[in-house]
Amino acid sequence: MTELTELGIKAIREGVKAGDFSAREVAEGFNANIASAEALNAFITATPDHALKAADAVDAARAKGEELGSMAGVPIGVKDLFATQGVQTSAASHILEGFKPEYESTVSRKLWEAGAGMLGKLNLDQFAMGSSNESSYFGEVVSPWRKQGSDAKLAPGGSSGGSSAAVAARLAPAATGTDTGGSIRQPAAFTGITGIKPTYGRCSRWGIVAFASSLDQAGPMAKDVTDCAIMLEAMAGFDPKDSTSLDLPVPDWEAALSSDLTGKKIGIPKEYRMDGLAADVAKAWDDGIQWLKDAGAEVVDISLPHTKYALASYYIIAPAEASSNLARYDGVRYGLRDLPEGANLQDMYAATRAAGFGDEVKRRILIGTYVLSAGFYDAYYTQAQKVRTLVQRDFMSAFEQCDVILAPTAPTAAFALGEKTGDPLEMYMGDVFSVPASLAGLPAMSVPSGLNADGLPLGLQIIGKPFDEQGVLNAGLALEERAGFTAKPQKWW
Amino acid sequence: MSVDRATVAKIASLARINMSEADLDTMVPEFNTILNFVDQLSEVDVSGVEPMTAVIPNKLRLRADAVNADPLTGGGIRDKILANAPVAEHGFFGVPKVIE
Amino acid sequence: MLALHWKNALALQLNRRSGGEMSNYRIQGATGEWEVVIGLEVHAQVTSEAKLFSSSSTQFGAEPNTQVSLIDAAMPGMLPVPNQECIRQAVRTGMAINAQINKYSRFDRKNYFYADLPQGYQISQLYHPIVGEGELLIEADEKAGLPEDKVIGIERIHVEQDAGKLMHDQHPTMSYVDLNRCGVALMEIVSRPDMTSPAEAGAYLAKLRSILRYVGSCDGNMDQGSMRADVNVSVRRPGEELGTRTETKNVNSVRFVMQVVEVEAQRQVDLIEDGGTVVQETRLFDPTSGTTRSMRSKEDAHDYRYFPDPDLLPVELDDAFLEDCKASLPELPDAKRARYIEKLGLSVYNARELTAEVETFGRFETLLAETAKILGKDESALATQVANWSLSIAPGVLKSLGDEANPAYSTAEAQAKILKMQDAGEISGGQAKEIYEIVLKTGRDAEEIAEAEGLKQVSDTGAIEAKIDEVLAANQDKVEQYRGGKDKLFGFFVGQTMKAMQGKGNPAVVNELLKQKLG
Repeated sequence: MTELTELGIKAIREGVKAGDFSAREVAEGFNANIASAEALNAFITATPDHALKAADAVDAARAKGEELGSMAGVPIGVKDLFATQGVQTSAASHILEGFKPEYESTVSRKLWEAGAGMLGKLNLDQFAMGSSNESSYFGEVVSPWRKQGSDAKLAPGGSSGGSSAAVAARLAPAATGTDTGGSIRQPAAFTGITGIKPTYGRCSRWGIVAFASSLDQAGPMAKDVTDCAIMLEAMAGFDPKDSTSLDLPVPDWEAALSSDLTGKKIGIPKEYRMDGLAADVAKAWDDGIQWLKDAGAEVVDISLPHTKYALASYYIIAPAEASSNLARYDGVRYGLRDLPEGANLQDMYAATRAAGFGDEVKRRILIGTYVLSAGFYDAYYTQAQKVRTLVQRDFMSAFEQCDVILAPTAPTAAFALGEKTGDPLEMYMGDVFSVPASLAGLPAMSVPSGLNADGLPLGLQIIGKPFDEQGVLNAGLALEERAGFTAKPQKWW
Repeated sequence: MSVDRATVAKIASLARINMSEADLDTMVPEFNTILNFVDQLSEVDVSGVEPMTAVIPNKLRLRADAVNADPLTGGGIRDKILANAPVAEHGFFGVPKVIE
Repeated sequence: MLALHWKNALALQLNRRSGGEMSNYRIQGATGEWEVVIGLEVHAQVTSEAKLFSSSSTQFGAEPNTQVSLIDAAMPGMLPVPNQECIRQAVRTGMAINAQINKYSRFDRKNYFYADLPQGYQISQLYHPIVGEGELLIEADEKAGLPEDKVIGIERIHVEQDAGKLMHDQHPTMSYVDLNRCGVALMEIVSRPDMTSPAEAGAYLAKLRSILRYVGSCDGNMDQGSMRADVNVSVRRPGEELGTRTETKNVNSVRFVMQVVEVEAQRQVDLIEDGGTVVQETRLFDPTSGTTRSMRSKEDAHDYRYFPDPDLLPVELDDAFLEDCKASLPELPDAKRARYIEKLGLSVYNARELTAEVETFGRFETLLAETAKILGKDESALATQVANWSLSIAPGVLKSLGDEANPAYSTAEAQAKILKMQDAGEISGGQAKEIYEIVLKTGRDAEEIAEAEGLKQVSDTGAIEAKIDEVLAANQDKVEQYRGGKDKLFGFFVGQTMKAMQGKGNPAVVNELLKQKLG
C-alpha cells in the first residue's frame, strides 16, 4: 500500500469510503509528518486532536453506513487567516496572537460539514501581505524545495506559504489559501502544487481576516486539478452574510472535468512577454502552449494593453482597503494591547499598533492611509480604480477572442529567503502576472509545468472568464496530463 | 512625487502607528520608492472611465428587518463578545480614561 | 434616470418664502449689529427592529453589550449586510420632505479612531447619499418670533451607523465601552444654513421631528438620544460674507438648540469684538451652565479618508420599491394643516396646534369622527367645537385633576357623548367639564352622570319664564332703565336669571325669553 501521506483528496476520500484504510490512519499519518517537520515552520498551530476527532466521526459514520461528504476523511491545513472557533487565529501577526474566535469562517465550516478535518493553522505572510512568507510574526516558512546542490533556504511563496509548503512536503494533502494579488497561485507555482482562485464572490469572505475586501478570495491548494475541483466545490457557495457573495449554484466541477479542449481558444497575452521574464519561465510557457494545442485548443494572440499599470493600481487599492480594514486592531476588544505608563486612549492605539504590526503591514497601512488622505484621494485612489476598470475591460475584450488565457504564474522560480526583503518594490514586482486577474475578479489557477535547470518547480497560469471555473480547471487538467509533473522535494527536514 | 519625513510622520500618526526616528529613517525612502512606482498611473488616459465599483456584476441584497435572524449576526452573546478582550469589567470593555 | 422628484402640490399652495432670507433677529454688539447664520445636522435614529448591518436588536436600555453582534464588535472577518427597513425609512423620509430620491447610492467608510467605533471607521454615505435636495416649511408664529412662513432647504439625508457609548464615571482610571448602540441606523439630515434666529432653528427642529414621527421613520425621542442635533453657528455683519462657524455636537432638545444658538452667537460676537477670531471647531453644550465649550478630544486634524466601502455594493432602488414607499406615506403635517383650514374650517391657530404632534391630531381625528357619527352630522360642522375641546378644554380638565384622573377613561366614546349633549343644548360648557371630571375619575357613563348628578341645563321655557319673572319683579328700576335705552343691562338680567337657576339654565333659551319679556 502506498504511504497514506502521499495521497491526495480524491484518493483519500475513495480509500476511506472503500474501507482500504480508516480516516483515523490518514489523520495520524499527517499528524506524524507535521510533528517531524518543524524545520519548515509551515504551521503556526498544529491541531492533531481536531484532525483525529473529525476522522473518527467519518469512520463512525461509515461504520453506520451513512452517506459520506465530498471531503470525508480528508484532513487539511487551514491558512491562519480563516477564523476557527476556539483555535488561535493570528493572521501571522503579533497583534492577533492569542485571539481565539468565538465563530467559524463560512468556508472552513463548509469544509468540516463536507467531512474534512483540521490538521492545524498554517503560517502565512502577516495579514496575507507578502509574496515570500517572510513577514510572518511567527517566523518565515522554509520551502521544502532546494536548488540542486544547494542547501540555501528558499521561499515557499506568499502569502499562502505555509499552505504551499505543507502540501508540497506531504504535511497535508490539501490546504485552504486566500488570494488577493496572487497569494494562492504564486506559492503553488513555487512549490510544484496546484491552486485555484475562483471568481470573486464564489467563496464567502465571512470569517476570513480581511486584507483587501474587493480582491480577497479563498481557494484550495492541492496536489492536482481534480483535488482542487473537489475542494473548491466544498468551499464555494452563496452566503447571505457576505454582501459580495455570488448568489449562484455551485456547479459540479469535478464531474464535468474534461481535458479535451477541442473547439476552445487559448489567448496568449503579448504584454506578458516582458523584460525580466526568466528564460526558463518563458520556455515553460512555450511548452504550455504546445500542450494546449495538443489537447485540441486553438491558440490566439491577444492584447491586454493595461497590464503594465495593473501592479501600480493594485498597490494603491490593496493598501488603501487594508489601511481601513486593519483599523479595528486597536487593543480594545481582542488581541494585543500595549498600554505604556500614563498613556491615553490614542497613545494606546499607536503603541499597540506599533508593537503589533510587522514592517510590511505598517508600510502598506501607511501607503494606504496616504493615498486616501485629503488632497490625494482622486489622484491615487480614484485613478487606480479607473485603471482597474481599464484592466478589466482589457480582459473582457480579450475574452471575445478566446475562452481562457495562458500565462506564467510568476516571472521566476522560487527565490532564496532574504533575497528580496531589502527592497519591497522588487518583491512587489513578482506579482506582475498574478495581479491583473485579481483586479478583474477572474478565476485563475496555477498548475505545475515542470522543473527548471536548478530543479525547482515552475507554474503555468490559466485565467478564465467570470464564473467559468470549469473552463479554467479543464485547461489546467489538459496541462497537468501533458506536463506529467511528479517531482517532489527531497526530504531534508 | 516624493514626500518628506514630516509627511510620513503625520501619516503614521493618522494611522495610529508610533514611529521612532529610526523607523522613519527606513520608512521614508521605502515610502518614496513605492510612491514613485505608483505615480506611473498618472500617465494613463482615463477620460470617460468610471472607477470600478463591483468587480463582478452583482446587486446589493437588502436583508429583512429581523432581530437575531442568525446567531452569527445577532446579539445576546455578551460573553462571546468580551471573551478575547484585554480588559473587560462588569460587562463593559475597559479603555484608558477618555476626557471629552 | 437616477433621480425622482416627489412634489407635494399642497406645499406649493401655502404661503412661502424661499430660504435664506433674513429674520429680524440681530445681536446688538458693542460695535454694532450682527446677524446669525445657522445650519443643523440632525441625527435621527431610524425606527427598525434590527441594526443597519447586523441583526442585533435596537431596543433602548438593555444591559451593556447584550445587543452586540460579532459584526458590531468588529471581530476579524465580519461583514456588513444592509437592513432593507432602514433604507425604506430613509427613502420615505426623503419623500416627506419633497426631496430627490437617489436610485443609486453608496456606502462609504469614514475612517477615524475612537473607543466607541470598533471598526475604526463608520459606514456612512458621503459621495452618493440616498436622499438629495429637499425642503421643510416652518410656519409663521408671531408669538414664537416667526413673523412669516419660511422654507428651509435640506441639502441631503444619508444613512449611517451610530457609534457605541463611553461611560467615564464608573472607574477611576478607565472609561467603559458599551457597544449596544453601535451599528444602529441613523439618518443624518443636513439643512442648508438657512436659519437666522434661535426661533427658526427651534421651529425647524420641531417641524422635522414632527415629520419624522408622522412618517414613522424615527420615534423622535430626544431624551433617549433618538434624535440629536449638531448646531452650526456663525455670525456676520448684516449682508456680509459668512463668518467662521462652530459645530456644537449632540444637542438633544428644541429648547437647548435655541439656547445654543443664542449663547454661541453671543460668544462669537464677544470674541470678535474683543479682537479675537472664531476657530472652526467642535463644541459641547453644557445644559447646567448654559454655555458651550471646546471639545478638545476631537480636535485632532480631521482627515476621514472617505472611500467607498469595498464590503458593500452600490444600493440600487427600483421603481416598485419607490412606489411602495410613496404609497405607504401618511398625510403629512403641511397637507393636514391645509385640509383642516380649508375643509374643516378650523382657525390657523387650531390647525397648527392640532397638527404639530402625531398624538394630538390622532386624538382629534378619532374624536371628531366619533362625534360626527353619533350626531349624524358632517365633520366640518363639528370641527371647531371638537378642536376647542381637544386642544384646551379636555387637556385642562385632565391637568387640573392630576393623579386623580385615569387617562384610560378618556375614550373618544365618552368625550363624544359629552360633546353630543352639549351640542343638543342639554348641558352647558361648565357642566361638560364637570361631567368629564367625573368620567376621568370613575369611568362612569357620561349620560348617566349628567342624569344622576343633575348636571343638565334647564331648557323648559316654563321653568325659565318663572325665574325671569322673579328677577324682573325684583329689579323694576333696572327694567325701566333698560327700556329707557340702557342696553348694557341685558347682561345683568342674564346673569341674575342664571344665578336664580343655579347655573343650569340653557343660556340660549334664557336669552331668547329675556329678549321677549323685556320687549
